[in-house]
Amino acid sequence: MTPKARRKKHLYQRIFSGRRLLRIAVILVAALSLTPVLYLIVRASESAPQIITLLTRPRTLQVLANSVLLTVLVTASATIVGCALAWLTMRTDLPGRRYWSAITCLPLVLPSYVGAFALLAALGPNGMLQGMLAPLGVTRLPSIYGLPGAWLALTLFTYPYVQLSVRAGLRGLDPALEDAARCLGLTRLQVFRQIVLPHLRPAIGAGALLVALYTLSDFGAVSLLQYNVFTREIYVQYSATLDRSAAAILALKLVALTGMIILIENWTRSHRPQYRAGTGTARAQTRIRLGNWHVPALVLCTMVTLLGLGIPVLVTMFWWVRGLHADSVIGAQTRILLHSMSASALAALSCVLAALPVVIQSVRYPGKLSRLAEKAAYAGHALPGIVVALALVFLGARYLPFLYQSLFMLVAAYTILFLPLALGALRTVMLKLNPRTEEAARMLGHTPANVFFHVTLPQLRPGMLTGMALVFLTCMKELPATLLLGPTGFETLATRIWSATEEAFFAMAAAPALILMLAAAISLWILLHHEQDQLPT
Amino acid sequence: MKVAYIKHCLGIFTFLTIITLSLLGCRRGSHENEITLYSGRNQHLLAPLLEQFTQETGIRVNTRYGGTAELAATILEEGERSPADVFFAQDAGALGALSKAGLFQTLPENMLAKVPEPYRSQEGLWVGTSGRARVLVYNTNRVEESELPADMDGLTDAQWRNRVGWAPMNASFQAFVTALRVERGETATKEWLTAMAANQPRSYPRNTAILQAVAAGEIDVGLSNHYYLHTMEKEQGTTLAAKNYIPPKGTLVNVAGVGILRTTRKTEQAQKLLQFLLSEQAQRFFTDQTFEYPLVETIEPNPVLPPLDAMPDSELDLSLLEDLSGTLSLLQELGIL
Repeated sequence: MTPKARRKKHLYQRIFSGRRLLRIAVILVAALSLTPVLYLIVRASESAPQIITLLTRPRTLQVLANSVLLTVLVTASATIVGCALAWLTMRTDLPGRRYWSAITCLPLVLPSYVGAFALLAALGPNGMLQGMLAPLGVTRLPSIYGLPGAWLALTLFTYPYVQLSVRAGLRGLDPALEDAARCLGLTRLQVFRQIVLPHLRPAIGAGALLVALYTLSDFGAVSLLQYNVFTREIYVQYSATLDRSAAAILALKLVALTGMIILIENWTRSHRPQYRAGTGTARAQTRIRLGNWHVPALVLCTMVTLLGLGIPVLVTMFWWVRGLHADSVIGAQTRILLHSMSASALAALSCVLAALPVVIQSVRYPGKLSRLAEKAAYAGHALPGIVVALALVFLGARYLPFLYQSLFMLVAAYTILFLPLALGALRTVMLKLNPRTEEAARMLGHTPANVFFHVTLPQLRPGMLTGMALVFLTCMKELPATLLLGPTGFETLATRIWSATEEAFFAMAAAPALILMLAAAISLWILLHHEQDQLPT
Repeated sequence: MKVAYIKHCLGIFTFLTIITLSLLGCRRGSHENEITLYSGRNQHLLAPLLEQFTQETGIRVNTRYGGTAELAATILEEGERSPADVFFAQDAGALGALSKAGLFQTLPENMLAKVPEPYRSQEGLWVGTSGRARVLVYNTNRVEESELPADMDGLTDAQWRNRVGWAPMNASFQAFVTALRVERGETATKEWLTAMAANQPRSYPRNTAILQAVAAGEIDVGLSNHYYLHTMEKEQGTTLAAKNYIPPKGTLVNVAGVGILRTTRKTEQAQKLLQFLLSEQAQRFFTDQTFEYPLVETIEPNPVLPPLDAMPDSELDLSLLEDLSGTLSLLQELGIL
């Protein structure tokens, strides 16, 4: 080999060494996630004098207080419901637990504007419930508008984030730990508080963070249920005046609020190792017998399912049946379904691929870079879709005209918006992997790449599946980015539903909404089924 | 080991290449006989008409549907590089904003002349295609038509306390407030809004929600656009317990309208589309199918609609409805929004 060729080889190895590639990937992901924030800074700086007035008016404080209150309430209730359901379906002998675990996750796929519409139709003034109670002399129900309605709706549509995350956490828990603690004389309650809870803390924290960020960024439910929070304020600014600078300033405040929430989540992260260090494989977890407690447990499952899934499905069916005479109800929906599924599947893949390097970097080589990348990823999730979409319109139309309005751009937008869903799921599982296994494989002479593909990646599979499912289901209902960034004429189920409800054609919205729920239910079923085959439960 | 690694890398590489190519492949090419339309007007109210246009002229229309405001913001963001050739907006305000940003081109005089002056841009940058009247929609079981006020001022009366619904977030309500400001001035508008707010009207996010609330008896009267009632009755195949009322002293008629982007390379095809939207066929569609007012004077409105000339205020020049920020600050200052 000539010296020149050797130098070349050396350079090649330096550039393509695993660690370096990992760093480059993490930097790229962080850059992608920060695009919307950079855009907001560019737009906000155009009207610097306005900043002070917009920040200091009393109205802003009111909106801030509303946003914080709603976020805290929703996060608390969704965490409780999500944890309870995860525990019941994973660790007890609840009758029909496999069905419950799939069914209770389904509210995740409801677009919040459809869900809120349905809740209003059912529980609102003169709604269906009041109609049913009317013979009993009930003429007035407590008002659903404002905080109570927004709280109920958002809790119902977000608790599955916690549930799915805690499920993954519970699955990785080695029962030997609990047994050991019991042998050392701890009561069941003490075991739960000192062993189970600390191990679940990252999973609960990750799920709760997603709930909090979803609540901050949601527009559909808060606008229909009339509760004034940041997203509504931002939307009004865009729609009323097309003043992008003022909207950007408001959105940056939302980013700041997100920063605070991420700091809180940081605190829930445990610094103890989460992985098993014993030899052999973990034995299957035992299930707790509920005995007479199965009655309240079933009541809880039924109530949550009824409110979160039953009401929307029934109301949609009602619209559908009512509109049957108006001929234009079910057209060819196959093409639209395919659009929805393919864009969402690509986004699920892209999110997991983007999340992998960030998670590996942050768990194995924690440092400034990994912290930055993780936090940047969450910024995108808390921003309303319209902000992220306009950021990519700005970037795409000006600097990447060959990519603009291609499916590529849409998938990029989805990745910015939903990367944290994959991050959380992967991180929970990654923390449970013992680095000694990887080290042992290295000692046995395997290259880092080989170790990655044959040791790390297979073990990450449950996390990747959960992450993909979360992203897939969330993308199916995404609206603002799909409208602005998809290829022109690219219709999805969500855009169909939106365009029909926009003009109050509820019957036309019903068919795509039902198909959306069905498609999501099937995908979720396949996922959970697959998961059950994979691991002893 | 090495071989396995290379195989993996090759596999991943091919996979990513295929995906990238398929992602890029989805982008539509741009041909002579295709134009791109950004439409804030709903798909159900436009798509059948565009099909007829394609059949007649052979020009394909690639349409991006979305909210009027979102699409207007998108065009502003795209600036010089917008792929759009034509923009179809649901209200005059968004058209005004794009005109102000210098993004529209001047339309030929013969096209503008088809539509009466108030319903087109003074500089000839956009033209209205159909009219939408602001009305009071009321619940027929709870309110008699004779009880309703002669103009919007009557709603500030104490008897309407807690009985009225409006949609301050909605662009058509904001256009209505802007019209008040143009006509009566800042102080009078502020007085009206304050008096209305004192009557504690219920706020809805959009007109359809108001109509539903009125039909359900949640509120007695709502400020809305006229056509929602007709489309909803058509869809549900029933008569709702709601009726439109046009205050005899006058109301605002806003428009849905179109403009051609300055940056288009297909002016000729775009103008053909505009000609078509102002043709008898399209104007009939707007009034027969979507219950709006045709703006070309030779076309008779749908018989179910109250006649347009019964509305004295409908002569307000819509180009004047530009100062949207002023309206927004006013609404926010009064705590209505």
